[in-house]
Amino acid sequence: MEKDIWLSLLVMAGTLYAVRALPLTMLRKEIRSTFIRSFLYYVPYVSLSVMTFPAILSATSSFYSALAGFAAAVVLAWVDGNLFRVSLGGCAAVFVVELLMEVVH
Amino acid sequence: MGDIQEDKTDGKSWYRRGMRDGIPIGLGYFAVSFTLGIAAKKAGLSALQASVMSATMLASAGQFAAINMIVSGAGFIEMVMTQIVVNLRYLLMSSALSQKVRRDKPFLHRFLMSYGVTDEVFGISVAVRGKLHPAYMYGAVTTAAPGWVLGTFFGAVLGMILPARVMSALNVALYGMFLAVVIPPSRKSRIIAGVVVVSMAASTAFTVLPGLRQISSGFQMMILTILVAGGAAVLFPVKEEA
Repeated sequence: MEKDIWLSLLVMAGTLYAVRALPLTMLRKEIRSTFIRSFLYYVPYVSLSVMTFPAILSATSSFYSALAGFAAAVVLAWVDGNLFRVSLGGCAAVFVVELLMEVVH
Repeated sequence: MGDIQEDKTDGKSWYRRGMRDGIPIGLGYFAVSFTLGIAAKKAGLSALQASVMSATMLASAGQFAAINMIVSGAGFIEMVMTQIVVNLRYLLMSSALSQKVRRDKPFLHRFLMSYGVTDEVFGISVAVRGKLHPAYMYGAVTTAAPGWVLGTFFGAVLGMILPARVMSALNVALYGMFLAVVIPPSRKSRIIAGVVVVSMAASTAFTVLPGLRQISSGFQMMILTILVAGGAAVLFPVKEEA
């Protein structure tokens, strides 16, 4: 059983690495097709947006604190854009709202 | 052909920049991987095994799937297939990075960079202006990955140490970073803003609607990325850009 776990970890880590390494090492040349270039250009925006919303709304212990965190991060990203500040600002908003909710209760 | 642009910044300062941008990722990772460590422990993995898994896989959904499969005694073929499906999105991200990375750097870099293709490190790496210097990714991994591994370790060893409210707040750290990547360009380009809004709406539909809801989240992302990015590429082809 012990060995099985280690072997399982090795197999899965290897698979995952292959998924990541294949495109990076195979697609060496600059892609000429406008469609594929455009597609890859939009990929990060779509994938990050999809991952963020609506998942963020259920990431904290309350919907309202999550909504506050989301709103704070969107506003901060709009006016400032610094990764660290946006991220911490979102966390701070969640923290404050949950604190307030506890006081109110 | 715009491959080697005038990038006066050397590897060292790219590395430092990556480290700086990796810090919030590491913090967010700590919170997420903490729960992963707890889950791994419950599944019968030792703290060492859980930490090694985090260090070698560096993937949330993939690792939760891995734990489930170890518990259920899945065979190796099932493990391989599941990891491919759950992590298929990295195939797209890695493809995007293959076009973004500087071509004047040795090929070996691509093997090393592959290790760091996570949702978050990918997110900040594609956000770099112009071509990507591999050192930037290495820097980001240097500060982000330890958060992931340590979080797993402490989760497995200690269970809950941080107050629940702090953990709860840290849970939005990663999402905050994603927003910091997609929102600023949305200010400058209406097309990107549209893509972001459509993506979020479509993802909400996939979370709420019966039928669509049953699709695993990794697979949902894959489908949505292909549909929305594909649609945008047809409707608004990018003329010429780095």
